[in-house]
Amino acid sequence: MSDLKFGSAFEYAPAPESTPVKLKKQYELFIDGEFRAPSGGRYFGSVNPATGKRHARIAKAEPADVDAAIQSARNAYSKVWSKMASSERGKYLFRIARIIQEKARELAILESMDGGKPIKESRDVDVPLVAAHFFYYAGWADKLDYAFPGRSPKPVGVAGQVIPWNFPLLMAAWKIAPALACGNTVVLKPAETTSVTVMHLAEIFQEAGLPDGVVNIVTGAGDTGEYLVGHDGIDKVAFTGSTSVGKKIAETVAGTGKKLTLELGGKAANIVFDDAPIEQAVEGVINGIYFNQGHVCCAGSRLLVQESIHDDFVARLERRIETLRVGDPLDKNTDIGAINSKEQLGRITSLIGSGIDEGATLHESSCPLPDSGYWCRPSFFTNVSPSHRIAREEIFGPVLSVLTFRTPAEAVSRANDTCYGLSAGIWTDKGSKIFQIADQIQAGVIWANTFNKFDPTSPFGGYLESGFGREGGMHGLMPYVQI
Amino acid sequence: MATFPLQQPVPLVDQVGVEERAAKFTKRSIKNEAKAVGLKMAVSMMDLTTLEGADSKGKVTHLCRKALLPMADRYDCPPCAAVCVYPNLVAHAVSELKGTGIPVASVATGFPSGQYPLDLRIADVRDAVSFGAEEIDMVISRGRFLEGELNEVFDEIAATKEACGKAHLKVIFETGELQTYDNVRLISQIAIEAGADFIKTSTGKVSPAATLPVTLVMVETARDHFLATGKKIGVKPAGGLRTAKQALQFLVMVKETVGEDWLTPELFRFGASSLLSDVELQLAKLVDGNYQSAKYFSKG
Repeated sequence: MSDLKFGSAFEYAPAPESTPVKLKKQYELFIDGEFRAPSGGRYFGSVNPATGKRHARIAKAEPADVDAAIQSARNAYSKVWSKMASSERGKYLFRIARIIQEKARELAILESMDGGKPIKESRDVDVPLVAAHFFYYAGWADKLDYAFPGRSPKPVGVAGQVIPWNFPLLMAAWKIAPALACGNTVVLKPAETTSVTVMHLAEIFQEAGLPDGVVNIVTGAGDTGEYLVGHDGIDKVAFTGSTSVGKKIAETVAGTGKKLTLELGGKAANIVFDDAPIEQAVEGVINGIYFNQGHVCCAGSRLLVQESIHDDFVARLERRIETLRVGDPLDKNTDIGAINSKEQLGRITSLIGSGIDEGATLHESSCPLPDSGYWCRPSFFTNVSPSHRIAREEIFGPVLSVLTFRTPAEAVSRANDTCYGLSAGIWTDKGSKIFQIADQIQAGVIWANTFNKFDPTSPFGGYLESGFGREGGMHGLMPYVQI
Repeated sequence: MATFPLQQPVPLVDQVGVEERAAKFTKRSIKNEAKAVGLKMAVSMMDLTTLEGADSKGKVTHLCRKALLPMADRYDCPPCAAVCVYPNLVAHAVSELKGTGIPVASVATGFPSGQYPLDLRIADVRDAVSFGAEEIDMVISRGRFLEGELNEVFDEIAATKEACGKAHLKVIFETGELQTYDNVRLISQIAIEAGADFIKTSTGKVSPAATLPVTLVMVETARDHFLATGKKIGVKPAGGLRTAKQALQFLVMVKETVGEDWLTPELFRFGASSLLSDVELQLAKLVDGNYQSAKYFSKG
């Protein structure tokens, strides 16, 4: 069979982003507007996943530090932030957004160094969206009466927020911007493996002159987060992360009167009909699963492709993954960076193993991988049955499961055959079919003929075990107001 | 013609998706050795073109010498792929390029509008071939295509191919007039099945001309045709290509869409008149380390 050759002709030379910015050796806690050493004097290592080497020390917050952070947030809330004219609050948020834009390159480089994502994505997706979120919610700060007409919305109080490692800065923005716009103050805990950029965001808060204590950041592992969400001193919990941790948080918070929003896992169906624009559907599926190494809760990790085009589609996917460039996250030509941590690589590898054991067929890119650090080739499985673990569990890596369907009704039932309901994709050139199918799919976000598009004006959140509450858009204000 | 309707499927094209994909190729960072390789490759794929009413033998002579030796020896720049002129100047260009191995391409079929009776267009082709043109760049009847007379368009291409004899046929679509990507995909398939050796975006007389997404759709058609039949068809973006950076973006697109087999003048060409100047400037910068004034490079 004649096939295409994706070899070394016109090979791209290395194009590393120059790094004028350096990580600090050590990062402290951010409490009451200042950087403080942790009371226990303990630090843990932060690893560059592209090398596997420790590149910074991060403060480990003790319960006493979390207490202090919450106390400082409480003071800032009752004395300053909730009393401030809402238009003034908006000005701080606008200022923060502008400084983020000014420091965009620096933040993008740090994000790629600490988290392993390609600079192309941190530069073109993450950081611009971070600024956009602050701009967007800055605009809402003095217009809340219009968001909730006749309800005179009031802030909730102190919000305890716990965020994941896949989009460290962006998740911080999703949490902090709406909370502050509505007049709340914040204690935020970033993920253990990705604390660095949020501490640089704290410097931006200082530079913007944000009043002390309005945002406090405590770094640490799961126990720090557990202590924070279980604390009596907070009024609201917002969590993004795994479904198992989300369930524990829901138990902890139940009956306490705290408001709660959870944004958890997903196993999104990307449904490709035989009347889809095929080449663009291939791109959409690629972007849906390999964006950010597949560390995306709304990743299109289940491809449902109509039986009549299955073989052609799989052949196209096979060729396409050969042209994905895996490697140094700081190289501007890298498409897929490093897996965020050793632990995550272990989880992905074990799920790939289960797919092979259960009888699915693995198709893997033949690309070389760097010698050190945590890497995973982009891959997909065919011959997947809906009962396989790789069709049911969230892999959170660059691994796609391909299933087939014959009729639109079967597509819908397969898409809904999951405990999750965060996102879905529909690919067809027929507009009426898009609406017909979208109406029947249980998912918070449904993309048509595109995938993984994010915008601060658009609400994001899940059904079922993907959580509840919405972030983004006017809906994203709801969890942070009393009405 | 018994060969119509088409043998291969013509997939739908989503405008937003194809433009987004094309934009991603422009994000590739091509530096150092890769840039040098790419720029030289671009020169070797260039159909150095002059298509003005005021073209003279003298101008064609200059163009031929430029194609043969685009830059001073020390830059190690390859010659261009071909020289492209109007039929009246073919014989002169052929004599200028005799023994160099560089073929002369001629536009024909009532270029650029093609709004002439078929027998005149065919005669135009036969003339150009008899003057020594080894490559013929024809234009399709855009009006007939838009009217839905696809059989006629197919037959005209097939008839032109026949008139070409041994000469290679490049079929110009004038994509700026066809407007939609679905049309581009359809005409690409029609031209390929009717016997085109190359499919070409534009005459250079209509804007927009060779955009990256339009060329991507054509390259995808050539790729799918190859995968289905094993036959390799060339693609030629022409018109609106002025910078070395653009040329590199097209090469990135070719490399990542259809693979390295197409990174050759046999299967990919640039139709351009002013592109070479910027490529020269960039190549000289890579060798000498600093940008020079455009005044230091001959205009051809």
